[in-house]
Amino acid sequence: MTEKEAHITIRDLTMAYGDFVVMHDLTFTINRGDIFIIMGGSGCGKSTMMTIMIGLKSPAKGQVFYGQVDFWGSDLPTRDRIIRRAGVMYQSGALWSSMTLAENIALPLETYTDLSPARIREVVELKLALVGMAGFGEFYPSEISGGMQKRAGIARAMALDPEVLFFDEPSAGLDPVSARRLDDLILELRDSLGTTMVVVTHELASIFAIGSNSVFLDASKRTMTATGNPSTLLAETKDPTLRLFLTRGEKS
Amino acid sequence: MSAAGELLIEQPSQDTLQVILSGRWKLEESLPSADVVQQRVAGTPGVRNVVFDTRQLADWDSGLLIFLINLREFCTQQKLPIDDSGLPQGARKLLALAAAVPEKKDARKAAGKVSFFTHVGSETVDFFRSLGEMLTFIGDTVIAFGNLLRGKAQYRKSDLGLVLESCGGQALPIVSLICFLVGLILAFIGAIQLKLFGAQIYVADLVGIAMVRLMAAIMTGIVMAGRTGGAFAAQLGTMQVNQEIDALKTLGISPMEFLVLPRMLALALMMPLLCLYANVMGILGGMVVGVGMLDIGLIQYYNETVKAVNLWNLGIGLFSGTVFGVIVALSGCLRGMQCGRSASAVGEAATSAVVTAIVGIILSTALITVLCNLLGI
Repeated sequence: MTEKEAHITIRDLTMAYGDFVVMHDLTFTINRGDIFIIMGGSGCGKSTMMTIMIGLKSPAKGQVFYGQVDFWGSDLPTRDRIIRRAGVMYQSGALWSSMTLAENIALPLETYTDLSPARIREVVELKLALVGMAGFGEFYPSEISGGMQKRAGIARAMALDPEVLFFDEPSAGLDPVSARRLDDLILELRDSLGTTMVVVTHELASIFAIGSNSVFLDASKRTMTATGNPSTLLAETKDPTLRLFLTRGEKS
Repeated sequence: MSAAGELLIEQPSQDTLQVILSGRWKLEESLPSADVVQQRVAGTPGVRNVVFDTRQLADWDSGLLIFLINLREFCTQQKLPIDDSGLPQGARKLLALAAAVPEKKDARKAAGKVSFFTHVGSETVDFFRSLGEMLTFIGDTVIAFGNLLRGKAQYRKSDLGLVLESCGGQALPIVSLICFLVGLILAFIGAIQLKLFGAQIYVADLVGIAMVRLMAAIMTGIVMAGRTGGAFAAQLGTMQVNQEIDALKTLGISPMEFLVLPRMLALALMMPLLCLYANVMGILGGMVVGVGMLDIGLIQYYNETVKAVNLWNLGIGLFSGTVFGVIVALSGCLRGMQCGRSASAVGEAATSAVVTAIVGIILSTALITVLCNLLGI
């Protein structure tokens, strides 16, 4: 196996809302091409972790490195440039409701590329087709189902061919089959595009199906207690909280 | 129908207390409280065990469970073991379920009493912080506007068009109605006084100057604050709730340029036009009273108005209108961008936008009036 290249490195990170520390002393590495799972119980700060990584909220302490660049130590233009190479799928899709799906996907392209309108239309159709929604370009977000909104959200996140894709609870609120299809889509995209995927979830089925690496945030200890491949973690962990989480509380 | 829930306490042996439950233990019945048992336990020392007999129990729901949980809490405090084998199986399971996850002691919100001075202090700090936020927002808007002038702003022309339409053409009916009536009312009030001196013709001066210089702008501003400012706040607030604004930010698109700029621009462009239109409607309203009630000729009224209203009046009116437009757009967008992440926060944002806008309009009217007075125009 070749030596993996670190894509995102978190070092000594503390996240807090005002005086309230959510998590402290987080240190882990996300390698290029990983499907990295941020897992933990509800309210442990998974989504906050993601907002820090995508530049929406600054950490109380510690650093986030993209490659060799200290993300929060850089100035705003550098941060913008880094985050433009990342795509984000929000929990609810967060599609811009006043625009059609095609316009949603076209906006980043219009903003950051010099492509002609015809070319952009082709890209939009390709991205929609990739998430299995070809032909839905003229629909408004409110006219399609929640699962479709999520997939359209992925299409928009992929618009600029990002190097890293973030997913906030991709399978929350989806039926098992749609959730499975979304997992397959994430795997497929990683395999074919080599994109690094960071997935925030507590969905066990997804964690084992797609995760190649992970970090477990323990809400009671307010820090991370394990990092590594989820299946290996399950086989080797001696930590009762993690074992309970990974086995759905069933005794083995 | 069996009787309401009843409670009987027996003591079959020296160290055992038997709680006999009978009848319907449902929430809507008036049920005995656990205090009865507690008093009995306190009154009989030497009790080592509590057992239940529920053979006479007809029907039960949460009412029984609340009783049992209270009793259990008391017994745990007294280190008194409870034997729940006499309880219905369902109740036993639910009791176990309620005890499965212990209460998180620090999860309850601290409802500590805040002293008067702390309250005043934190309110003051909040006030200055919100003032700071407002200034930051205005600064961001200016930067965005600078980008627009340099042709570097990221926004969609079609968005601007939509906002122009909604705060321009679509506002005409309500502005017509309000300003026509305000003109009419002004004329009525003026007519009653002026008639005393036989100076009815000056109704035209009164209505003309009042409308053109001040009232048209204020009334249009207030209508737009309610109509458009509130809508801006609600739109941006909902986008905040939906994480749509986060999605813009992570794409590196400035929400200030993409969302705030078109709205600000549209209102600043449309307000003077609406004011101009409102002037005409107000004068028309005055004319209806003047011609219809005071027997002033149409031409006479027109000539008097033209004579009374000079260009300064018109200029001040249109300037005020533009300022009000900026104020309404600013407060609408500011409150929308500050919106929290819940449905009630959107409502608060809309309300607060309208209030901020109206306060801003009145304050700036006062300022403009004083300035004009000092400048002698």
